Amino acid sequence: MKYLKPFNFFTFLLLLIALPALSLAKPGLVIEITEGAEGALPIAVVPFKWTGSVAQRPEHNVGSIISNDLKRSGLFNPLEESKMLTRPSTGDEVDFRDWRTVAVENIVVGQVQPNGSGGYLVRFQLFDVYKGEQITGFSVPTTASNLRSTAHQIADIVYETLTGQAGAFNTRIAYVTSVNRGDKKNIALQIADADGFGPETIVESSEPIMSPAWSPDGKKLAYVSFENSKPSIFVQEVYTGRRVKVSSFKGINGAPAWSPDGRYLAMTLSKGGNPDIYVMNVNTRKLRQLTSHWGIDTEPAWSPDGKFIVFTSDRPGKPQIYRVAVTGGAAERLTFEGSYNARASYSPDGKNLVMVTRVNGHYRIATLDLENMRLNVLTNGSLDESPSFAPNGSMVIYATTTGGRAELSAVSFDGRVRQRLALQSGDVREPVWSPYTK
Amino acid sequence: MKVRMFQWGLMLAAVLLFSGCSTFMKSDSDGSGDGASVSESGDASTSGASRGGIWQGHPLDNPDSPLYTKVIYFDFDVSDIRQESIPTLRAHAEYLLSNTGASITVEGHCDERGSREYNIGLGERRASAIKRFMEAEGVSSSQINTISYGEERPADPGHGEAAWSMNRRGVLVY
Repeated sequence: MKYLKPFNFFTFLLLLIALPALSLAKPGLVIEITEGAEGALPIAVVPFKWTGSVAQRPEHNVGSIISNDLKRSGLFNPLEESKMLTRPSTGDEVDFRDWRTVAVENIVVGQVQPNGSGGYLVRFQLFDVYKGEQITGFSVPTTASNLRSTAHQIADIVYETLTGQAGAFNTRIAYVTSVNRGDKKNIALQIADADGFGPETIVESSEPIMSPAWSPDGKKLAYVSFENSKPSIFVQEVYTGRRVKVSSFKGINGAPAWSPDGRYLAMTLSKGGNPDIYVMNVNTRKLRQLTSHWGIDTEPAWSPDGKFIVFTSDRPGKPQIYRVAVTGGAAERLTFEGSYNARASYSPDGKNLVMVTRVNGHYRIATLDLENMRLNVLTNGSLDESPSFAPNGSMVIYATTTGGRAELSAVSFDGRVRQRLALQSGDVREPVWSPYTK
Repeated sequence: MKVRMFQWGLMLAAVLLFSGCSTFMKSDSDGSGDGASVSESGDASTSGASRGGIWQGHPLDNPDSPLYTKVIYFDFDVSDIRQESIPTLRAHAEYLLSNTGASITVEGHCDERGSREYNIGLGERRASAIKRFMEAEGVSSSQINTISYGEERPADPGHGEAAWSMNRRGVLVY
């Protein structure tokens, strides 16, 4: 057994060299943390040991995926692998003195074992370095195609155990990309893991694609497509690719938003002469008009309890955020600070809105505390738009423009941690974070 | 197989020879024409211009006509038609009035600032403002379609006022 160790380390080094090359080959999102948080928790996640044959070694190291997830959250400061004095893979191999020396408070160790044909068993343990005690540990059976997902689940467990808040690493993002192909644009709706890995195109067109919205079960996306030179709202099953056109009225068919129970879509239609908010029963396609005003009413979003819809309206002259009961009635204006507030959506706990606000001519992302109505600007760009909460409310992903290119950024709810997600080439915009998927 | 290839080659050579020959002959006959060649039409730079200087192409393609302009521009966050755009729109209205079989799609566009779906609304308002102007001039509403592209199809991909002013526009597509 011992003779395997140097060999393992060598192949691990090879993996370190090969992995960036592999990710370069895919047109995925590259994540870079641009502003870290001071006071992040020092932790060590040791690369997980593969106990099978070299030929069958999985492509991804579970420990590295967990480490990257925790780092991206901004709440953890994982120890660099080069600074690890030893590489234990079980609790018995951990000498807590080694880890106190490098001042980490917690350590995660684990192994990946072959488990039947094409299957793996992932074991991991989380320790408190100063107490020298195990805090938690699991054995998780998985498959090659689910290995990254399993790693994200373990990161969620570590995150929740140490912060008390649910993790959101095992989730996905959807976004729209635009790449020049000659004098035409290739516009695509893509989905990827929340860490940018494994992007897949689910629809592409030379005409605009807009406003993706996840169904609450994370299995469908509603979006607007201008194919055939008119905007229509489609609902597409993410995993089968099957889709239906649900709205193609005269004029605008835009801004689809799912009710929390997944039975209704709020949307913007201008079939009545100007843009108003409607609610459609997704099964029967029956429509109900919710707002009726000569102004532009658009960008509906549901409250998590399903009782209210917030929307953008320029009825006071400039766009501001309004709230109306789903059952109808008078709309109440929510934003008074600034001359431009648009595209609001609720935080998962329903206590805040996130929106686009204009500050001295710059378009930025802000939250509005619905209790004290205080506006808190989170970003410092000029063309920031399309904010979307992570399902645990810890981060907001949004679109920004840097150096003439459209890319994605994520910022922590308190604005302290920021990261950028860029494509290798072309523009990327309109990110939406998926709900939790089982 | 070899024979086939040879035959194809021979045919190809013949075609090339023939087509080369016919082009030569055509230009020869042009040169020996009645003198109405392109070079004699003075400073006219298009071959569509005739002896008398009267436009003979489609009226919508005449660079000297107000109909030639099919894009009008807007100020930031508004849909009011600028004074300078009125002659252009009036000319198009007259054209549609006298060509009732013709129809247009009016595209409304915005610059990239602000939220995308709000800009779809703003683009529609711009397209509708143009449509209403045409209708007030007497054009039948059945001749005018509108579509808003919001900020999704910028004319200039840049990120500054120079680009933005080119992107806040209404486009008439016949």
